[in-house]
Amino acid sequence: MKTEHSRAEMIKEISGVNPLKCMKCGKCSASCPSYNEMDIKPHQFVSYVINEDIESLVRSKSLWKCLSCFACVERCPRDVKPGKLIDAARQIVVRERGGNYLLADDIPELVDPDTPQQLLVSALRRYRR
Amino acid sequence: MKYSYFPGCTLKNKAVDLDHYARVSAEALGFELEEISEWQCCGGVYPLGTDEIATKLASVRALNDAKEHGQDLVTVCSACHHVIKRVNDDMKNVDDIRTRANNYMKLDEPYEGETTVLHYLEVLRDRVGFDELKKKVVKPLTGKKIGAYYGCLLLRPGKLMAFDDPENPTIMEDFIRALGAEPVIYPYRNECCGGYISLKEEDMSKNMCRKIEESAAGFGADMLITACPLCMYNLNKNNGGNLPVYYFTELLAEALGLKEEVDEQ
Amino acid sequence: MQRIGVFVCHCGSNIAATVDVKKVAEMALHEPGVVHAEDYQYMCSEAGQEKIQKAIKEKNLTGLVVCSCSPRMHETTFRNAAERAGLNPYMVEIANIREHCSWIHKDIEEATEKAVILMRAAVAKVNLDAPLKPGESRVTKRALVIGGGIAGIQTALDIAEAGYPVDIVEKTPSIGGRMSQLDKTFPTLDCSSCILTPKMGEVNAHPLINIYTYSEVESVSGFVGDFTVEIRKKARSVDMNKCTGCGVCQEKCPSKKTPSEFNRGLNTRSAIYTPFAQAVPNVPVIDRDACIKFKTGKCGICSKVCQAGAIDYDQIDEIVTEKYGAIVVATGFDMIKLDKYDEYAYSQSKDVITSLELERIMNAAGPTGGHLERLSDGKAPKEMVFIQCVGSRCADDRGKSYCSKVCCMYTAKHAMLIRDKYPDTNVTVFYIDVRTPGKNFDEFYRRAVEDYGVNYIKGQVGKVIPQPNGKLLVQGADLLDNKQILKEADMVVLAAAIEPNPDVRKIATMLTASIDTNNFLTEAHAKLRPVESPTAGIFLSGVCQGPKDIPETVSQAGAAAVKAIGLLAKDKLLTNPCTAHSDELLCNGCSQCANVCPYGAITYEDKEVNDHGIRETRRIAVVNDALCQGCGACTVTCPSGAMDLQGFSNRQILAEVDAICR
Repeated sequence: MKTEHSRAEMIKEISGVNPLKCMKCGKCSASCPSYNEMDIKPHQFVSYVINEDIESLVRSKSLWKCLSCFACVERCPRDVKPGKLIDAARQIVVRERGGNYLLADDIPELVDPDTPQQLLVSALRRYRR
Repeated sequence: MKYSYFPGCTLKNKAVDLDHYARVSAEALGFELEEISEWQCCGGVYPLGTDEIATKLASVRALNDAKEHGQDLVTVCSACHHVIKRVNDDMKNVDDIRTRANNYMKLDEPYEGETTVLHYLEVLRDRVGFDELKKKVVKPLTGKKIGAYYGCLLLRPGKLMAFDDPENPTIMEDFIRALGAEPVIYPYRNECCGGYISLKEEDMSKNMCRKIEESAAGFGADMLITACPLCMYNLNKNNGGNLPVYYFTELLAEALGLKEEVDEQ
Repeated sequence: MQRIGVFVCHCGSNIAATVDVKKVAEMALHEPGVVHAEDYQYMCSEAGQEKIQKAIKEKNLTGLVVCSCSPRMHETTFRNAAERAGLNPYMVEIANIREHCSWIHKDIEEATEKAVILMRAAVAKVNLDAPLKPGESRVTKRALVIGGGIAGIQTALDIAEAGYPVDIVEKTPSIGGRMSQLDKTFPTLDCSSCILTPKMGEVNAHPLINIYTYSEVESVSGFVGDFTVEIRKKARSVDMNKCTGCGVCQEKCPSKKTPSEFNRGLNTRSAIYTPFAQAVPNVPVIDRDACIKFKTGKCGICSKVCQAGAIDYDQIDEIVTEKYGAIVVATGFDMIKLDKYDEYAYSQSKDVITSLELERIMNAAGPTGGHLERLSDGKAPKEMVFIQCVGSRCADDRGKSYCSKVCCMYTAKHAMLIRDKYPDTNVTVFYIDVRTPGKNFDEFYRRAVEDYGVNYIKGQVGKVIPQPNGKLLVQGADLLDNKQILKEADMVVLAAAIEPNPDVRKIATMLTASIDTNNFLTEAHAKLRPVESPTAGIFLSGVCQGPKDIPETVSQAGAAAVKAIGLLAKDKLLTNPCTAHSDELLCNGCSQCANVCPYGAITYEDKEVNDHGIRETRRIAVVNDALCQGCGACTVTCPSGAMDLQGFSNRQILAEVDAICR
């Protein structure tokens, strides 16, 4: 089991984000289209990493609500890129054994005749190793 | 003018229209799309992790193929464009990714981001020119009020994609004008449709698409255009059928008088 | 052989914590010529200087090395101390072991080694130093102030009150600057015009102040005490001596479609215009790009209606050349362009405005006659939203890295004024931090909240969404309630960052005054010399040096004036003796040195020389000591090595390099 410290370091490394650059303006949370679906809000991602509370972060449903729409990345005045941070947390989950959020067996039930290939490959890449 | 062309998986399948209309229109406009041989799926989303290499190699292969042909690389699908453009930026500017990707690829000559990646719309704007396009329009779409739906992938991150102003883009509006129709500017045109979330969280995507469509209709649009098959899917699925959604290439082919020709095929 | 003393300063712990100062002193004793070495806690203190003076006398020192902070900081201090003890001040060298060493190193061993090397280089240089004697230059007792806003006005008044003549050069047709565009001022809410226009009148009437409006600085040459400046008086097309300021020409002018600069483009002005009614001077200019007469040759209405016969279409730009002893830069600021912030819909909705535009809307002389109304439909807003820090405090390349400093306070002012005048209008302010460090500032902000019911929400806005019904949906974060808010507003006001006037780069280059990455002029010392440029004779007033409000600007303007007066009060200045000289036996008259000299100090003379018994006339470079600033460009350019700089001779520099490489 990795320590919280090493997992926090891993998130910083995978994302390439320096959470200390954040000035806590909340523009990410003001921009996020998934805000209401998230338990940990975009502007809070940073403090979970700084405080090394990675367990709460990786258990958060926010990981699976983020759309990677980059609105937060685009508008962040401090170049913190909260969207990259949450993707790194997602990576930590799906790279662990049994961490896949989407199983191949689930797929037939989720698709309809119009489902584009793009949807499946995108979801597979974000949701599983 | 000949371009290397990366159609992507969806354009070979659920979005064949997007591809066909693009090809015939290109021909009419005097440029050729030469499909890259044995291209592989870009993966749909750009792998954000700085340590991801394998997931970027399909894009590198396509980019290198274009380089070897001495051609610019053109995409039509927003997602392919996004992924390939960003991987190209990595290959140009991120030492670690460039080194490791080249170690995998074992090319005769290392790939270092030399290829220019263009979206089809950029070819129309920057190479053909919208004025030139306007001259070639035979069936202007006069009277149509069209909302451009950009979504996320073409625009953001603005600095990397360098496609247009990410908060107030104009390229698709100028395109619509060139076809003789009237663009409708509405604030949700660069907001997300939900993307891949619609697979497991249908309601979220529904909510987002509803906002987009209400906003566009509110400002008077009677149809939307998009470059992205997934946006098309989400918008269509969540739209009470009130606002039809078209691929931008379909309208292009129509204005160029080529639509019937394609439809007959 | 020199008898050199080496003095190593601890600078409290600034140096001593990273450099083994005792070891540096000890090592110094092994250097050629060094007969004395010691260390002390604060060499620059009175006690430290006494130690130096005592050693000079007791050990008959002929040269000094002080290992301390940057020579910018204390070279003069130590030179003066040496002079008081009877030593030529130019026999003192500084080894900068603080900025160049202790501050940038962490490892004591490494830092000490470097400090020793720097000391060694300085000793090598002193060994070749020769006593120098400064010359004298005269001081022109006249000051130039660039910029006619409140900073320039105050500086000019203060200098003139001390009895020295001042010229103000202002780019626009009137003095007054940004302050003239403001409606009310914080934290007292007095009317900006009411306190500014009397000062504008005073400047205009002052017998020692001469104002060049619609004019720009064209070139600057010379040096402290003796600058020569060319001023371009742009063709006004109106005779300043004949015009009575009646205003009929502006009324009758048929070209009325040019966006008014003064009203931030919210309305239009005529082609012949004064920026505002209280303009000083009250003489219009013709905007030749907008004037029908200049564009088509037809019209000439202003000339026909002018009773005074003041219209002169044939006027041309005039260059005035004037000498000054001191120059004060007061070029002010503008708001940043908001084209990179379209998430706030500034370019998509007329009802999204900047705070400076709101000033004009609130002002009785503004485009709406002082009525608060939406520019789209003229309706009175019921919901106003203010967004703070638009382009300030940014780490990306869209905005500015600094805090613009004035926005928190003017927003509180706007909010309060609106709530006072329009009690039915609700005001919401989205803020990141409310910054109120100033006398009565926090109290002012609290009044906005407590007495006027302004709704402050901690959180930034993500997007302003225009609605089909003309309203604006503001999507913001409420970080204290952990909510995403969608607030419907009638008007949105953006507190856009301020930035130095873009012209300042050009002016700074002409003045060889340094400028930072944000285009703010750099002060000689951030704390101790905040109103002086590192370039002698150049002073800084107002926002050109950094964001500040009106009271701060006025204080700084006064401080800049005092520094300028201190210079103008002197009859003569000592010149730097470290000037270049050409060795006539080596010079081949190639002109390369003259080509690179930024001060025009080098000329050529035909001189008879005796080269090893051969007498002949040669073309030889001659340096004018009064003009030479000792920059050394000529010495490195000279292909034959004829040019040398006193106090920084080629031999000395090579000796330093040798000492470093030893």
